[in-house]
Amino acid sequence: MLPAAKNFKYPPANSLFYLFQPYLCRKFQSSMGFKWFKSFMVAALSLFLVSSAQSVFAQHEEPAEGSATEEKFNPGEAILHHIADSHEFHFFSLKHDDGTQTHGALPLPVILYSPQRGFSAFMSSNFHHGRDAYNGYKLEHDKIVAVDASGNVDESVKVYDFSMTKNVVQMLIALIVLVWLMISMAKKYKTGQGVTSAPRGLQNAIEPVITFVRDDIAKPNLGPKYQKFLPYLLTIFFFILINAILGMFPGSANVTGNIAFTAVLGLIAFIVIIFNTNGHYWQHIFWFPGVPLPVKILMIPVELMGVFTKPFALIVRLFANMTAGHIVILSFISLIFIFSEMSKVAGVAFTPVSIAFAVFIYLIEILVAFIQAYIFANLTAIFIGEAIGDHHFEEDVQPHH
Amino acid sequence: MGLLTPDLGYFFWIFVAFVVVFLVLKKFAWKPIIKSLNEREQNIAGAIASAEKVKAEMAQLQSENESLLAKAREERAQLLKEARETKDKIVNEAKEQAKAEASKIIADAQQAINAQKMAALTDVKNEVGKMVIEVSEKVLKQQLAGADKQEAYINSLVNSIKLN
Repeated sequence: MLPAAKNFKYPPANSLFYLFQPYLCRKFQSSMGFKWFKSFMVAALSLFLVSSAQSVFAQHEEPAEGSATEEKFNPGEAILHHIADSHEFHFFSLKHDDGTQTHGALPLPVILYSPQRGFSAFMSSNFHHGRDAYNGYKLEHDKIVAVDASGNVDESVKVYDFSMTKNVVQMLIALIVLVWLMISMAKKYKTGQGVTSAPRGLQNAIEPVITFVRDDIAKPNLGPKYQKFLPYLLTIFFFILINAILGMFPGSANVTGNIAFTAVLGLIAFIVIIFNTNGHYWQHIFWFPGVPLPVKILMIPVELMGVFTKPFALIVRLFANMTAGHIVILSFISLIFIFSEMSKVAGVAFTPVSIAFAVFIYLIEILVAFIQAYIFANLTAIFIGEAIGDHHFEEDVQPHH
Repeated sequence: MGLLTPDLGYFFWIFVAFVVVFLVLKKFAWKPIIKSLNEREQNIAGAIASAEKVKAEMAQLQSENESLLAKAREERAQLLKEARETKDKIVNEAKEQAKAEASKIIADAQQAINAQKMAALTDVKNEVGKMVIEVSEKVLKQQLAGADKQEAYINSLVNSIKLN
């Protein structure tokens, strides 16, 4: 450690320094939501890091409470922690001189059902960020497990976790915003604004998106029956879009980049597709038109598998796209800490580069939010179109026998 | 991999939330919005169609007007031509008539003049004859005023008659 660092005097505990300090230390993974962190980086960190690099390294000498085993910065773990769901909105952690930590976190309700113990509901603050057991349950790596009286994990008790986690709460907020937005829009239309007069304000922003979904997603893929599926496609589009956009806010949860989220949308798409199939669709699966008999037999398992791979592709595509963006941004941010561990100069020098790349990816993520909403809705429309369509294209190539 | 195993609670809440949001939005947002948009599009399409119709009507009216105008112009020309013809005809007729009248008057006048002339001449002739007779009478009275002179004349007359 540099001599200057040894002589460093810590500022008063209530100074801004302590607000920034956790972001700079190796306990990065236990701090706030990554996006808050990111925007903070963009705004202030580069300057701050240059001026107070000494203090950063001085702080590293201080063994944080219970962190002896986590002394090395583990980017993989940190990133996975940040894109994962959590039982609280964790914004920051303050580390005090005596080694204790203050967490800036919003506790969320925990709702559990266990066949043995029945329902129980309480606030996640009772776990004290994973330190304590409460009501016979304990938080282990953000997963709730049942514990016995002595505090050991009880494998025999099955726990179904219906908690209002970070993702659930943020999704509900996003949906309330969406519903409020759309219903207030609808009310405006009902009063005649936008019908007999030109649309105004928000209508001008949302109306083109609605007409885009109608004219470029529903109509070309579903043909004359598009009216029936338009509300569903609009809901999918805005559901993904509003959640992806709200997920862009610093400190917010990674709602769309979660396999459960995409799985639900894929499952619903699958249900919609299956319930709207016609005879032509099934004939196409079990007796592929226009090919010789052996190929027909060969096509049956392939086509049957296709029924399931289509929604599965929807699930994986959305999940991978949304998660990948977050991981890339976090990776760029993590680079700062990796380089800082190597040498102070490298860390300082790499910070602007890292931030520039992170900001670039962030902007791309905004684009991706729209693109993914479009692609999900468009592919769903294509799959529904295949299910309800007449498959004229095969007949065009090779007429029926 | 914790990343790839969906959480039951989150899965459940999303499913519930999606279904509720879908139903709510379908009933209270998408239906009125789409209906309004369709209505407006129809309104605009109708307005454009009626504008086109009015435009066509206007064009038709204009062409009608123009044809009417042309017709009127033609009629006017026709009228003018006819008027001119009539005028010419009347003038000509009048001229003819005047000429005829004039010639008739002239002829009458000439006739009258001739008649008067004849009458005058007759009068003059009668007067002259009378005067000749009177003169002759007077001359004869004087020349044959003695028996010898009568004799002489009878002899000359008798001498002039040559008996063949």
